[in-house]
Amino acid sequence: MTGHTTKTIRVDTLARVEGEGSLYIKVVGERVADVKLKVYEPPRFFEAFLRGRHFSEAPDITARICGICPIAYQMSAVHALERALGIQISPAVRLLRRLFYCGEWIESHTLHVYMLHAPDFLGYPDAIAMAKDHRALVEKALRLKKVGNRIVQLLGGREIHPISAAVGGFYKVPTKQQLRGLVDDLQWALEASLETVRWTAGLEFPNFEQDYEFVALRHGQEYPFNEGRLVSNRGLDIDTAEYEDHFAELHVKYSNALHSVIRGRGSYLVGPLARFNLNFDKLPETARQVAIDVGMRPPVRNIFRSIVVRAVELVFACAEALRGIREYEPPTAPRVEIDNRVGVGQAITEAPRGILYHRYALDENGMILTAKIVPPTSQNQKRIEDDLREFAAQLVAWPVEEATWKCEQAIRSYDPCISCATHFLKLSVDREEIKV
Amino acid sequence: MSSDSKRKPRIGVFKFASCDGCQLSLLDAEDELLAVAGAVEIAYFPEASRAMSKGPYDIGLVEGSITTHQDAQRIQQVRRQCKTLITIGACATAGGVQALRNWKDVDEFIRIVYATPQFISTLKLSTPIAEHVPVDFELRGCPINKHQLLELIAATLAGRKPNVPSYCVCIECKRKANVCIAVAHGVPCLGPVTQAGCGALCPSYDRGCYGCYGPMESPNTSSMTSQLRILGQADSQVARAFRNFNAWAWQFRKASEECERT
Repeated sequence: MTGHTTKTIRVDTLARVEGEGSLYIKVVGERVADVKLKVYEPPRFFEAFLRGRHFSEAPDITARICGICPIAYQMSAVHALERALGIQISPAVRLLRRLFYCGEWIESHTLHVYMLHAPDFLGYPDAIAMAKDHRALVEKALRLKKVGNRIVQLLGGREIHPISAAVGGFYKVPTKQQLRGLVDDLQWALEASLETVRWTAGLEFPNFEQDYEFVALRHGQEYPFNEGRLVSNRGLDIDTAEYEDHFAELHVKYSNALHSVIRGRGSYLVGPLARFNLNFDKLPETARQVAIDVGMRPPVRNIFRSIVVRAVELVFACAEALRGIREYEPPTAPRVEIDNRVGVGQAITEAPRGILYHRYALDENGMILTAKIVPPTSQNQKRIEDDLREFAAQLVAWPVEEATWKCEQAIRSYDPCISCATHFLKLSVDREEIKV
Repeated sequence: MSSDSKRKPRIGVFKFASCDGCQLSLLDAEDELLAVAGAVEIAYFPEASRAMSKGPYDIGLVEGSITTHQDAQRIQQVRRQCKTLITIGACATAGGVQALRNWKDVDEFIRIVYATPQFISTLKLSTPIAEHVPVDFELRGCPINKHQLLELIAATLAGRKPNVPSYCVCIECKRKANVCIAVAHGVPCLGPVTQAGCGALCPSYDRGCYGCYGPMESPNTSSMTSQLRILGQADSQVARAFRNFNAWAWQFRKASEECERT
């Protein structure tokens, strides 16, 4: 209308992310006029139908929020409920839960690094097409992913929606001998992960540094999984029970999505980059050293480099799993017996994609009165849009098709899990074509 | 026809309301994935690829249940494009865990989860795919078993009947020589009415089956209910046991509703 050219970047179905979302960016002249990361994944109402269920059912029910990170849901659920019920788990169960999480991180990070994200860097639509030219690479990825899944299978019975995690412990715990059976695979996986760090570090990254507020758990002795205080690089340092005092979900005008924000500050970033930057000193020596060798020291502020950080976390998860297996002594009982009681409990654990918050209130019969769940992707949602607004501005001169792919790559850097986020995002029903 | 016989069969993977876990099973088939990709053309699979080829497809794998008006229309289009349509997982075959809304006031559910209810457009019921279009095969499970999925794809391509048993979990327990946890330890277990396929996982991990593979071919749910009562379960507990991931499968639905009436 004013002589400016208007360009639109549209992706109707975002690929290689978990769940259903679409992207819309409008560029007028040199200016990014609008960015919408829309989610049309239908809502499934988990928080509503958890009401009236017994607390012991929550780990199985909430696992169904996400097929890629069910263990994260089980871990946040059991820890929040244990807090509500005032029970302590045994050191052996604590160790097994870390090991369980290692399995999920290895499986999920490998899937993302090689099969969902790497094709963007190498210019393929998917890992299968990539395998035609890089067969050894994809075979290595599948083998590495399988090592993670073997841990999950042993501790949980199956890879997706495992059945052994319980409030108070596990239904059944493995023997030392069973765990030792994983050692050879894990030693191979550790080497493969170190190779993965070196390989990903050699990829080409757009020049895109942002001033993020990183939010992650931090624990005194270890790289975080299930415990710690919630901290940020801008001074946040709280008990996980105070989460809702410091974070809010806002409805912003230009989007149908609920955006998590830090009260008074705005968007923030959770996930591998945040954990790495805030917990670098807690990484095991092997992981820290390989990061330094490839020139990765905190703060890493380029979201595209998340792929390298995920690889560093793969090294951590393999090393941590090996440590856990070495130190494991089976508990006297697989789980603590629990009496019903009134209580409220919150927990945050580190899902592969970032912090996952659960809160439950229980009545005297152990029935759930209310549940609240805030998954990592809804927390990153606003940050993804903020990034795209900045990033699209760099791409105004690019052909639309290439710019579109680059924007998709930026979104995939977050490893978004849209099925998870849906329970908290506004459903977009507006699928109308937007005219250029 | 002659040119057709040379081309690879085309597979499409379609998602409705779900957790993505069942389609992930395909990517979790680490040992077989590249062989499958060599034997067929994975033409549409957004979770794995940004290349999305148009139909028609020889096999459509459908995950998820129908919960919105748009999806009720979209499944009709998907059906038209797929020669053989296979539903995978409890959401697609029974409405999934989200079918728990079916006994509640969905508007109240929306108010519980969402601050601005008027933005949410959803159907009152979460329903399986077969309530909307004809389905050629239903693969059960929450999640499905990846080996059953591979068997089903192979059988469909070969034009033979898939080897997917419809007997109950108890048979798998017997095969594994598990001691019956219900008989020996009094643990409530849905194994007698639940379709096999998981490998009797829960009883192997010292807990009762919670029915994630849905009802077996002809389950005796009233006998199951009596047995659970004998083990000391209140009717509300029995109703909840039938009412989880396959709650809307008619046999489990009937069983849970009967417990509520008594």
